[in-house]
Amino acid sequence: MLRFVLKRLLSLVATLAVASVVIFIAIEVVPGDPASYMLGLNAEPDTVQALRDELGLNASKITRYFQWVGGMVHGDFGTSYTYRTPVSAMIADRIGISLPLALYALLLSTVIAFPAGIIAATRRGSVADVSIMGATQLGVAIPNFWFAMLLVLFFSIQLRWFSAGGFPGWDEGFFAGVKALTLPAVALALPQASILARVMRSSLLDTLGEDFIRTARAKGLTTRQTLWRHALRNALIPVLTIIGLQFSFLLAGAIIIENVFFLPGLGRLIFQAISQRDLIVVESVVMLLVFAVVLVTFLVDVAYAVADPRLRAQR
Amino acid sequence: MESGIFRRNLVIGAVLALIFLLAAIVSFFWTPYDVTQLDIANKLKKPGSQYWFGTDHFGRDIFSMIMVGARTSIAVAIVAVGIGLTVGVPLGLAAAAWRHSLLDELIMRSNDLVFAFPALLIAIMITAVFGPGAVNAIIAIGIFNIPVFARLTRGAALSLWTRDFILAARTAGKNAFRISVEHILPNIVNLLIVQGTIQFSLGILAEAGLSYVGLGAQPPIPSWGRMLAESQTMISFAPHLALFPGFAIVLTVLGLNLFGDGLRDYFDPRLRQQSR
Amino acid sequence: MSLRKLLLPLLIAAASTTHAAKTDLVLGMQLEPPNLDPTGGAAAAIDEVVYANIFEGLTRFASDGSVQPALAKSWEISDDGLTYTFTLNTGVKFHDGSDFDAQDVKFSLDRARAETSTNAQKQLFAGIENVEVSDAETVVITLAAPNGALLFNLAWGDAIMLSPDSFDKAKTDPVGTGPFTFSKWVQGDRIEIARNPDYWGEAAKLEKATFKFISEPTAAFAALMAGDVDAFPVFPAPENLPQFEADPRFQVVVGSTEGETILSTNNKQPPFDNKLVRQALAHAIDRKAIVDGAMFGYGTPIGTHFAPHHPAYVDLTGNSAYDPEKAKALLKEAGFEEGFTTTLKLPPPSYARRGGEIIAAQLREVGITTEISNLEWAQWLEQVFRGKDYGLTIVSHTEPMDIGIYAKADYYFQYDNPDLQSLMSDLESITDPAMRTQSLQKAQQIISDDYVNGYLFQLAKTGVANADIVGLWENSPTQANDLTAVYWK
Repeated sequence: MLRFVLKRLLSLVATLAVASVVIFIAIEVVPGDPASYMLGLNAEPDTVQALRDELGLNASKITRYFQWVGGMVHGDFGTSYTYRTPVSAMIADRIGISLPLALYALLLSTVIAFPAGIIAATRRGSVADVSIMGATQLGVAIPNFWFAMLLVLFFSIQLRWFSAGGFPGWDEGFFAGVKALTLPAVALALPQASILARVMRSSLLDTLGEDFIRTARAKGLTTRQTLWRHALRNALIPVLTIIGLQFSFLLAGAIIIENVFFLPGLGRLIFQAISQRDLIVVESVVMLLVFAVVLVTFLVDVAYAVADPRLRAQR
Repeated sequence: MESGIFRRNLVIGAVLALIFLLAAIVSFFWTPYDVTQLDIANKLKKPGSQYWFGTDHFGRDIFSMIMVGARTSIAVAIVAVGIGLTVGVPLGLAAAAWRHSLLDELIMRSNDLVFAFPALLIAIMITAVFGPGAVNAIIAIGIFNIPVFARLTRGAALSLWTRDFILAARTAGKNAFRISVEHILPNIVNLLIVQGTIQFSLGILAEAGLSYVGLGAQPPIPSWGRMLAESQTMISFAPHLALFPGFAIVLTVLGLNLFGDGLRDYFDPRLRQQSR
Repeated sequence: MSLRKLLLPLLIAAASTTHAAKTDLVLGMQLEPPNLDPTGGAAAAIDEVVYANIFEGLTRFASDGSVQPALAKSWEISDDGLTYTFTLNTGVKFHDGSDFDAQDVKFSLDRARAETSTNAQKQLFAGIENVEVSDAETVVITLAAPNGALLFNLAWGDAIMLSPDSFDKAKTDPVGTGPFTFSKWVQGDRIEIARNPDYWGEAAKLEKATFKFISEPTAAFAALMAGDVDAFPVFPAPENLPQFEADPRFQVVVGSTEGETILSTNNKQPPFDNKLVRQALAHAIDRKAIVDGAMFGYGTPIGTHFAPHHPAYVDLTGNSAYDPEKAKALLKEAGFEEGFTTTLKLPPPSYARRGGEIIAAQLREVGITTEISNLEWAQWLEQVFRGKDYGLTIVSHTEPMDIGIYAKADYYFQYDNPDLQSLMSDLESITDPAMRTQSLQKAQQIISDDYVNGYLFQLAKTGVANADIVGLWENSPTQANDLTAVYWK
């Protein structure tokens, strides 16, 4: 077991190292210069050079790569070119919105998907099953930014129940924050809930067909007891995997939704940083997101291995 | 009873997908109005008998734009799936043929790496380097199809490699390359078609998302995502601008998904049996 | 909702009886400033937050565009026009409590024009030879040559006064002399400022103001409608203005800006090096369709690079009237009967994106094919502005009085005309207003006759505000939101 974990850990570190090189190269070849972006149309060439010096942009690429990676290892992400504040503080601010938003969306999607999936699986072929499956088909087909536009049109502009976007800050109170994140979370949760409900259903159907369930039934347990005691627990593994993947997706995938609702989250930060050529911010945030995905994958792998020793041998 | 539903899925899905495919094809020869012609005097007309879906802020006919937009969406998604298939499948076959080799490890780890990057971010970065446009949207979407097909192919091929008929082929002296091409590939075609349909519908969604943020096909070529983006400020007084392109996306994706599901059930007798 | 609707009249009644006027204001802006130091960046959003609110200069722009005394209460100009003696206001303090005096003036100006300066408008200070402190309240600026625009130049946001003790904090925690002090910046969301109780001049009426950053026009619309934002001085979507006009809760104020929106043309790139082709271009463009289609009617057509509300403006739109037949004939004469293909590179603002689509359609009518590419600002700066790799582009030149850019031969439209260059360099030393006007009018005529660029329209300032707000600037002589005189009815 330990060997397996170590091996996976090693591959995690290797992936991150390769990713950091890829990210750095990809972003360095992006045309556009942060200094001339900041100084605008009337700036003179020597002014731009002076600013490049000040920002440390004239150092060699290799030096800058190692400065960046070296800093990150110590938790120092450098200083933003445009905002002149530490990148780590900026990221921390934005995570304060992106993380709760992702969790909120995940919570919503789970709360919707679990009962929907269970009902669909246990009443396979019924009207309930057919309509739930139909709804999930629709749920994955609706582009979430379009859904978000419709939500704003209806709930903000027509009914004025929610503000159309923006984030008051957590210091305005927990409820105010949650309220501001509600529409975006709903928009994000719709496709996720649909996917999750489908996985839940098929996974449950699989386990319900397996031998140990038949045994349990034969032992005289009721359908309900079998469902709760045995089937659900076993069906949960693929579902949890999907939830794990969805979480890392939600953290980064909210870019468009954050734009629709003008939430100052990680996605908007990247968008803005790319257009301002605030390269160090882009590099660091992308690296962070990649790290999140790689970490989740690692944890899921380890969890699998714990649950199912056969997988260890296979890998 | 469920197989009835699934067959219905197949039919409904096929019909929906065909409608848009047909609209795309017809748009090469005929549209009610010229989509490159601006007619600002007739802007923001409501849907009616003259303009079936109304006109946009430049007085262009939305029905015609949706027809031509179907062309953009379908073309981008098809080519992106094509990239995924042509690169991903050989990689997956190779990884399975020489499983546990350095090659396998390399392929699978690069797959993980691509998976680790948030897709939209890559697209934004690609367009930041090369500029926005349909071709770069295709590349951005295509890249993410590669690991999908590589993984799927490898997984399916691995289980085939343990089967008797492959063993027979090996004893007959065929090398790994020939076995992959002659025996493995034909046996996973169904799987690839089903996955291809799903990736196709995801590609349509991705194209819509990219052009919504301005990274897809450039004007004057209409695209559904950009139509939505441009309609956004007018949604409160001219909702038809946002509704029709949105419905076009939803129906196309829905159609393809239903079709894909139906196909899978059709190809996979195990599932069909189970559902009886 | 029904409850809310029932309660609303009651609430309004309650509010009107107690009638305690609000003293805080939430102001919407499309772009967030990258930092708050107007002396170290070109972003208009910086000035839109700090100009006249947090920071002040020796002179300042008033809402009508005129140059007024600010930290300098008066000045004297020597007869040869080379020496300016400024007398400063007394009792002025920076927000950190330190005194503002002549040393700070010398420091700020020397810093702006230094070799290592990162001032985005360094050319404003180009003619200054020396800045000298004669006593705490008097500063003498010596010029190399007479400069009729010095007082104007010193009114820019890039020429504000900083203290040597706190200048390095200006980017994130600005310390100025203005009527408001900086309170808080929630990055990505808002900046808050508060009334400066120790302000040297007339105190601001508002106690607190918040600048909220909303980049999406739809979100800006919704935020105003929902009451999250009280005013949006530059509302980004003109198509929504009729809805605000129809709603008694709002006032729509349409004013002028310094933004000449032009179809910039690469004068060195064939076929645009041929004046006939540029002239054809000018006649192929229907300004009315562009203003209607892209700006929903807001904007004044222009025929040269000059703001129509300026006294020296000459209406030259007739010089390039919409006439596609003439355009075709000119193209034929230039040897392009079959038309040609060129690039049209568009920056992000909607005037450019929408205007670009319309212009592309209009040019197609006369046989010119354009390949549109939509660029971000950084790409636009790189490719178009510095790389000069473009045929056509659309951009609004928002700096006030910027006709001088036509005298820079290496400017991105690469217009090289010695006559205009000498005219503009002579202008610098002319101080007589009548003669200045004459020269400026001549310059307008020259660039219009040369069809340097396609002149489209003057950008309008389309502001939306709660109907009870008084005192916001109607026009935009510089990009600023001066809140000093703003209050609630």
